[in-house]
Amino acid sequence: MKYGGNTSCVEVVLEGETALVLDAGTGIRPLGLELARRGTRHIHVFLTHLHLDHLEGLRFFAPLWDPGVTVEIWGPRSPVLSLRDRILRSFSPPLFPLDFRDIPARVRFHDLPAEPCEIDGLTVTSDRVLHPGATLGFRLERGGSTAAYLPDHEPALAGIDGVPLDWLSAGALARGADVLLHDAQYGDDEYSARIGWGHSSVADAVSYSDAVGADRLVLFHHDPQHSDGALEELEERARALTSANRTPPLLAREGTTLDV
Amino acid sequence: MSTNTQKQLVLILARAFASNLSTPTLLADERGYLVYYNEAAELAVGNRFAEVGEVPLDEWLDAFAPRTSTGEPLPREDRPTWTALHDRRPAHLRYTVTSADGVEREIEVSAFPIFAHADEFVGAIVLFWRRLPWLSA
Repeated sequence: MKYGGNTSCVEVVLEGETALVLDAGTGIRPLGLELARRGTRHIHVFLTHLHLDHLEGLRFFAPLWDPGVTVEIWGPRSPVLSLRDRILRSFSPPLFPLDFRDIPARVRFHDLPAEPCEIDGLTVTSDRVLHPGATLGFRLERGGSTAAYLPDHEPALAGIDGVPLDWLSAGALARGADVLLHDAQYGDDEYSARIGWGHSSVADAVSYSDAVGADRLVLFHHDPQHSDGALEELEERARALTSANRTPPLLAREGTTLDV
Repeated sequence: MSTNTQKQLVLILARAFASNLSTPTLLADERGYLVYYNEAAELAVGNRFAEVGEVPLDEWLDAFAPRTSTGEPLPREDRPTWTALHDRRPAHLRYTVTSADGVEREIEVSAFPIFAHADEFVGAIVLFWRRLPWLSA
């Protein structure tokens, strides 16, 4: 298997000793082991939403089981339950053998969107994006460089081509990003049968990237049914659709490191 | 003119919804600005939203000389749009306007405030119907 395996999790490497993690899919498990090896003591986990593929790794995140660690969990607000209570649903019996009270680490919860926050010199801005349920995207800025993370996003539902930027879902988050990690789950034929499911076709991901003026599109959120060959075909499709003056799109792959 | 600030997601979704309706529909944001009306509304109003742009809703509505059933000018604060935007309550009213073509028409207007969360007012959605003359009161 060349590309996938785990569900969404991205580490944003900071200069200090604080770690910043985007989403807690199963990929956070190997990341947690690495952070434990580094001796990281303060970790921020930004959750785009609470669909299980973005949350299911949290229970197996090694730093949570270290009493010397502080974990700050940021996620979408809800009018019904606090972020803590929504996460605890999957962090207690019968879905998990232990209760959240058993976690030794210091854990704090923060509702989003809120005002942009600064973490080790990095500005993190969040906003709601077009995806079923309360779902966020993130804009990360430091020193003139910008990355945008929109892993679950279906902007085509409200239109892309010809839509003014202020009417484009997450337009302000993604505007002019040096790197845009964007949902690109489907081929065109697949998407036509899945409109409204919350994910994008590769073609729409490219259109969106063009619309917001992002430089490099990273195709994210691969369909688990897609083989490596099928993924590479989607990457080729994205490259064929991308203007010659833009950096060619890249298929996200486990272990990929991007300098922004 | 648009302020070019990111529109709230719920307003984006409302615009997408309105764009698929055959019922004349307009949207106002939390500032009370007209930010969109759909094609059905364009036919009723007589010009395209792109020609109008974002303007204070009350000022735009003034141009249609809204009047009560007795022919008196309808105060702004009696309009359903005012109730939705300022009192943040739904409202409905039947009243008379003079359309862009100069013809007097009786319309029914329903206005609803839109909240993304209980404490996050986003704007209002307004649907209107033209009353047909043979319908009884």
